[in-house]
Amino acid sequence: MAVLTSLKVSAKMENLGRLIESVSGCAKAQGFDQERISKIELAAEEALVNIIHYAYPERPGDVEMICQVDRGRFIIEIIDSGIPFDVTATPDPDVTAGIQEREPGGLGIFFMKKMMDEVRYRRENDRNILTLIIQKR
Amino acid sequence: MKIHAIKEGNAIVMSLKGRLDAVASSEFETSLVDWISKGENNFLLNFTELEYISSAGLRSILATSKKLKETQGKIFLTGLHGPVEEVFKISGFISIFRVFASAEAALKEI
Repeated sequence: MAVLTSLKVSAKMENLGRLIESVSGCAKAQGFDQERISKIELAAEEALVNIIHYAYPERPGDVEMICQVDRGRFIIEIIDSGIPFDVTATPDPDVTAGIQEREPGGLGIFFMKKMMDEVRYRRENDRNILTLIIQKR
Repeated sequence: MKIHAIKEGNAIVMSLKGRLDAVASSEFETSLVDWISKGENNFLLNFTELEYISSAGLRSILATSKKLKETQGKIFLTGLHGPVEEVFKISGFISIFRVFASAEAALKEI
């Protein structure tokens, strides 16, 4: 496992651009084409926005993003010390529903799962550790 | 992201350029709400120059669309391509909005 970049910032919307640029730059350096870079950016944005909105309801906190490669896999680890939340346990939204039946929300996590080959979650030392994995091919 | 809006016939044609992410979506929604408060009812969103959209962008479109229901207004789409089209397909949004091949074709019907 080789760490490419590691970035720890406060979990605020103003830092989203910086985090996405970082993951995007990493993916590009690893030889991903533009289409797959967009998928990686989307998965990362959805994971990060979720943390920015919901991880710290009562106090400000940090989010850490580590990009790694391991045996042909590009791995993004996203860590926060907010309230426990297992994204992998959430049900998928009904994507066949009409406009009026649609509720906002739920789509972000669904996109994250769809864009990546694998999404893992674990709670460790009071931290949420989300792992997004995509094969380099 | 850049937003360019112009009134054409019965609709506001809103062309988006760049990235409609969680940061840009609030600006986008504000722009739509401004037009609605001026009495506009139909919107053609032109995504020809949009490179990227996330769930936050879809949420803005959905929220506006629900708002427009009260006044029989509608959102129409054109210029779907690449990653943006993919997001519309995966979310099923492609089947809840009318999608046109070109702005010209859309304006004939709105």
